[in-house]
Amino acid sequence: MSEEQIKELEIQFEARIARDEKIEPKDWMPEKYRQTHIRQMSQHAHSEIIGMLPEGNWITRAPTLRRKVALLAKVQDEGGHGLYLYSATETLGITRDELLEQLHTGKAKYSSIFNYPAISWADMGAIGWLVDGAAIINQIALCGASYGPYARAMVRICKEESFHQRQGYEILVTLMKGTQEQKNMAQDALNRFWWPSLMMFGPTDAESPHTAQSMKWKLKRKTNDDLRQQFIDQTVPQAELIGLTIPDSDLKWNEEKQQYDSGEINWDEFWQVVKGHGPCNKERMKARIAAHENGQWVRDAAMAYAEKKEKRKTNK
Amino acid sequence: MERVRDRMKKNWPLWEVFVRSKNGLEHRHFGSLHAADAEMALENARDVYTRRNEGISIWVVESKHITATNPDNNGELFEPAKDKIYRHPTFYDLPDEIKHM
Repeated sequence: MSEEQIKELEIQFEARIARDEKIEPKDWMPEKYRQTHIRQMSQHAHSEIIGMLPEGNWITRAPTLRRKVALLAKVQDEGGHGLYLYSATETLGITRDELLEQLHTGKAKYSSIFNYPAISWADMGAIGWLVDGAAIINQIALCGASYGPYARAMVRICKEESFHQRQGYEILVTLMKGTQEQKNMAQDALNRFWWPSLMMFGPTDAESPHTAQSMKWKLKRKTNDDLRQQFIDQTVPQAELIGLTIPDSDLKWNEEKQQYDSGEINWDEFWQVVKGHGPCNKERMKARIAAHENGQWVRDAAMAYAEKKEKRKTNK
Repeated sequence: MERVRDRMKKNWPLWEVFVRSKNGLEHRHFGSLHAADAEMALENARDVYTRRNEGISIWVVESKHITATNPDNNGELFEPAKDKIYRHPTFYDLPDEIKHM
């Protein structure tokens, strides 16, 4: 194709997106659109399966059967969500193997929140309430994304995920009705997860290199700062209601703007964790790679068995 | 050993999953997954796509068996239908007295 033809196709493509038309896998798309989507969608998929690790550790230690079935179902959902997103990403012409390779070599990123440890049962509450709460805000905005398979995966994920947040909040509600020790545990979990949850929305708009292009392509429907503000406004009253204190001394209601003003995020910490120096980066990658490598013989055996069965069928 | 591994390593093929949510409705495309064979594809589809009573029947078909139209040909394939408005009931004039037809 000549450069001129590509230019023409690009103009038509931008016009389709401006008309809110969805883009489907076999449609022509600019190479940069494809690559940007692979990057963001796979990062999202990786976050789902890495996110299974901190919570998976607590399944055997859940305090009651009710909590255990809920946590088990939540972690299973995350595996499913990873799968929806990997499948959607694969429609852009990249294989599952390549995607996992990118994760295991560190070329692809996943949400930094999972590089923080989950050290008490209250963390299961904080993760469900804050981390899933933040993820839902992000994902609801993405249900209107321009790439059809991504938008469809998001719709399905949002439907399934609302229970995740509720089960987390319920854990904290219960702890806050308990002994002083239990209340302290809940407050401590909030203290550790509040700021990393705010960082989940990514760098400020001024520092976000991809935002402008992603907004134009409807890969993002709202900016990082808008989504973060929405999260703060929605979460602060939920904390107050059960007697938790948000660990931000600058937090106060702004009557004029009808939203909360909040303190400065520690962006040095954010970039340190993104670059691999968070408390659990190494541990998470080690667990993920081990799971993949230790499962290789199972995948090989299943394939060999399927081929053997197929051969028997044709020999009959 | 490494070389044997490479030769052994075959990725599970891709399957498309169709689910009937209840009797009376058609099977609808739900998504895709990888599985070694049809039986495993059904089992995985059950775990992945019907965890919340989404279905009562599942079809799986290996993706490579699906033949699809090419969007580049959409003009010649689908546009001719647009100017055949006489295929729709609203094309025909009826006397005002006729309320239902």
